[in-house]
Amino acid sequence: MVRLTENKHYSEDKPIEELPNPPKVYLPLIQHLGKVCNPLVKIGDSVIFGQKIADIEANVYAPIHASISGKVIAIQNWPHPVLGRAKAIVIESDARVNQPGFSLKSRQEIDKLTAQSLREIILNAGIVGMGGASFPTHIKLNPPKPLETLIVNGAECEPYLTSDARLMVEKTVEISLGIELVARCLGIKNVYIGIEDNKPEAIKAFSKSSGIKVKVLKSDYPQGGEKQLIQNILGKEIPRGKLPFDIGVLVQNVATIYAVYEAAYKGKPLIERVVTVTGSCLSNPKNLLVPIGTPIRNLIEFCSPLKEMPAKIIIGGPMMGIAQYTQDVPIIKSSGGILLMNEKEAKVLDEDPCIRCAACVRGCPVGLMPCQINLASERELWNLTKEYGATDCIECGICNYVCPSNRRLLETIKRAKLESVK
Amino acid sequence: MKDEFIVSGSPHIHKKNSISRIMWAVVISTVPAGIAGIIIFGLDALWVTLSAVIAAVLTELILQVLTKKKITVLDGSAVITGILLAFNLPSNVPLWLPVIGAVFSIAVGKQIFGGIGQNIFNPALVGRVFLMASWPKYMTTFVKPFNYDAVTSATPLAALKEGKVLEHISYLDLFLGNRGGCIGETCILALLIGAAFLLIKGYITWHIPAVYIFTTAAFTYIFGGAQLFSGDWLFHILSGGLVLGAFFMATDYVATPLTIRGQLIFGLGCGLLTAVIRIWGGYPEGVSYAILMMNGATPFIDRYTKNRVYGTK
Repeated sequence: MVRLTENKHYSEDKPIEELPNPPKVYLPLIQHLGKVCNPLVKIGDSVIFGQKIADIEANVYAPIHASISGKVIAIQNWPHPVLGRAKAIVIESDARVNQPGFSLKSRQEIDKLTAQSLREIILNAGIVGMGGASFPTHIKLNPPKPLETLIVNGAECEPYLTSDARLMVEKTVEISLGIELVARCLGIKNVYIGIEDNKPEAIKAFSKSSGIKVKVLKSDYPQGGEKQLIQNILGKEIPRGKLPFDIGVLVQNVATIYAVYEAAYKGKPLIERVVTVTGSCLSNPKNLLVPIGTPIRNLIEFCSPLKEMPAKIIIGGPMMGIAQYTQDVPIIKSSGGILLMNEKEAKVLDEDPCIRCAACVRGCPVGLMPCQINLASERELWNLTKEYGATDCIECGICNYVCPSNRRLLETIKRAKLESVK
Repeated sequence: MKDEFIVSGSPHIHKKNSISRIMWAVVISTVPAGIAGIIIFGLDALWVTLSAVIAAVLTELILQVLTKKKITVLDGSAVITGILLAFNLPSNVPLWLPVIGAVFSIAVGKQIFGGIGQNIFNPALVGRVFLMASWPKYMTTFVKPFNYDAVTSATPLAALKEGKVLEHISYLDLFLGNRGGCIGETCILALLIGAAFLLIKGYITWHIPAVYIFTTAAFTYIFGGAQLFSGDWLFHILSGGLVLGAFFMATDYVATPLTIRGQLIFGLGCGLLTAVIRIWGGYPEGVSYAILMMNGATPFIDRYTKNRVYGTK
């Protein structure tokens, strides 16, 4: 674990603002772990806000919904924030402002929900883990054995990002209702929300809700990693190769819980999310509520004028986010932030030899020796990388961050991981 | 805005640190001991140190030019090798001796293995041991402290080894460096100031030095006296090159283990070997050999002291 410069001051006090509907949205057919969806619409079709437009019959998947009303003008390959390029449905807005409202369901309707019906709602709403992993939520809510503990992840340990923090402050009631609903349907008794101590407002907001234990966490990266969160809240480890439900634990990000609330209480699918647009290049960093599929260009323009030309644009945080090659790339369900870096911040540093200082060894939150894996990976000694436990890497990037020689530790370890599963 | 962006793998931020930052910090940490050496042994100490540093830097430069490698002489690593070599020499050696030692340190101790990060042994100690084997007379003739006209004096450890009665020398004298010895090893106070700087700044951790010194003390206490449990352990800590070696040479990143467990074993091994050499060996002092031997054992230690991986027993 390491202490990072937070840089959350750019946007932490900016209330969530709604981005006006963009003229076009680009909805990739895959925004989740699992199978690519098939389009349910064809070019020329009119679609309305919230309509399911892509789906598939598979074990692991999540359907896609129209995030604005308008006309399907293309189904084509388009830049994708994670995959580089992928097929996307392009919707041109018809500028209809009065989109269908989603009305709040009655208490009785909510109280009638069971685990099964909640899972169906979540599946039909296309909800996936919004903290970055994009794992379909309905599967997580279908554990092979009963769960004892729900941990809501409000750590938001990546520097710069504030979308979860704002959501916790502004939507405390909704998130609490979502937590309550999930816990009730799955029969979970112990409910925790883990929040880093750099978010006092959020901590205060949740300390009032009954039935939820607020766990104040140190603002150390990667506090919000699933494994670290479980370790630091429950003092338990997930055995190697197992999943949280094997030890009776369910972890859900706050934004995911909010999406569950919206789906269950309002019948609203996952078609928008909060995105932090931030960085030293911007004169107006913001937290924006944006339709999924909006090209990041629209978000950046909304936060303009630029103070400096960005040299690097990252979707996600600076530790685990992905550098983008174009502003055409759309926001997808797992995109929590856009970070613009200026030339100085984005400078790619030269690599020096490893001096075995062991900073990476001390920093690794899962106990690996990253420098050794790096050297073995560069020599393509895949048996050795396996012996050193490369597959246990959680890709947090600390090794790379602390390395005085700027070695590309994470890149080479990721490669070793891929080679190890071959 | 045109779509022309840098695309690289995560993470996208980096801690402000570099090899040269670390090496120059170590150089700074040796300044108190260097000044103490000059005060105790006179300007000769300065000339010996400068000769070693200049020779080390030039050797590195020439070899990097000849082998067409990236020129990195300004990263401070050759400078620190020169300083540490000089710290392990008496002040009254002819100036060609530190020059030859530094050339050997850099050429054979470091560049032959591929340069920084690749050496198996601490380069400064390689140079020192080479000089010790080649010119033992120069290496074991010391001047008296604060008496700059080259009156020879045995180090307290050598006197102990030869069974001579020690001239009266108090622990305070030893702590302040008022004794014969190598340039950088005598003033414990100055060494501790430098070591504190490295520890506070996080450039080294306590594990190796603490275990090293503790082990030497414990072992010399048990076996170093006329009967068991009567050794003068404090004398053993304060004399010779133990403090210099423990904080400045046994902590050399490259040739020491990576994990804390490995470092504890490394410190223990250094301590045992130092004490064994001092008590039963042929030399009065064993720090250099102890560290070099443990340097050689480092790959082994690394292999058997991996950290426990999350989720495993």
